[in-house]
Amino acid sequence: MVSNDFSSDFQNKMSAKIVIAGGFGAGKTTLVGSVSEIPTVTTEAVMTEASIGFDDTASTPDKATTTVAMDFGRITVDQQLVMYMFGTPGQARFWFMWDDLVRGAVGAVVVVDCRRLADSFDAVDYFETNRRIPYIVALNRFDDRLEYTIGQVREALEVSGDVPIVDFDARNRSSGGTVLTTLLRYALATNAAAAPVA
Amino acid sequence: MSYRRRRSTRIRPYTFTGGRTRSRHPLMVQTLVSTADPSTEPPTNLMPESQSIYRLCRETRSVAEVSAELDIPLGVTQVLLSDLAELGLVYIHPTITGISPSENQVLERALRGLERLFQ
Repeated sequence: MVSNDFSSDFQNKMSAKIVIAGGFGAGKTTLVGSVSEIPTVTTEAVMTEASIGFDDTASTPDKATTTVAMDFGRITVDQQLVMYMFGTPGQARFWFMWDDLVRGAVGAVVVVDCRRLADSFDAVDYFETNRRIPYIVALNRFDDRLEYTIGQVREALEVSGDVPIVDFDARNRSSGGTVLTTLLRYALATNAAAAPVA
Repeated sequence: MSYRRRRSTRIRPYTFTGGRTRSRHPLMVQTLVSTADPSTEPPTNLMPESQSIYRLCRETRSVAEVSAELDIPLGVTQVLLSDLAELGLVYIHPTITGISPSENQVLERALRGLERLFQ
């Protein structure tokens, strides 16, 4: 309970989440792994078919269950703040899990494999349609080269003009870190723009 | 496949939770939880899974980490943690979602922290 009173400063600890989305094999898990301070952890969520569109599965106990695995990593930012990166399940049929994962995230990164742009349509479409949380697009540089310019990718994936698109190397820690800082900077700018004028 | 078979011989996860799938407290995957009084043993009337959670959370960790470390599905972990919080045994830490403008300070701190870590 939030109202517990006990003297120690450990309850000052808090956390935040960044969602890492993208097509299957685009480099989501690689990105999570290269920025995380711990080996990537896989946890599983048991989803019922009834979760699609309904919150309460208690009334439909006979629905089939599906186990969905997701990867996550952690960055201890300072003594008080821990940041978690969660990779969304790549397969499109698990889209219903995204709402749960995306809820409460400070932002999202859509990792795009330039050689297979079409694989990112679902993820970009999801964040463009909802616009509930700030998101950026990160082009994963395979073989050290980009097949398309950032402008071409923006056009092809129909990414809004204000959404940052960066290129990076998912295997490289500092390159992955730049993706996260770009996202946070964009999230802060978005919040500032949305704040009512005092 | 063999994994599934092993699963089916076990008690179904939601039996633990009395069929409930929603927790009463805002427990997201990234939410940190700690045992309220780490120096004590868990009450013996708790289910074994809840006792394990109680012991594990003597050190602060996220809901997702509790789920992964104890191999309890996420949804079940959330409900059990919610019950422990209800009993005052587990403390639920604030989660920064960036929705409230009052959280901007924390986000700025996060940005500075990440810039420092990845420079």
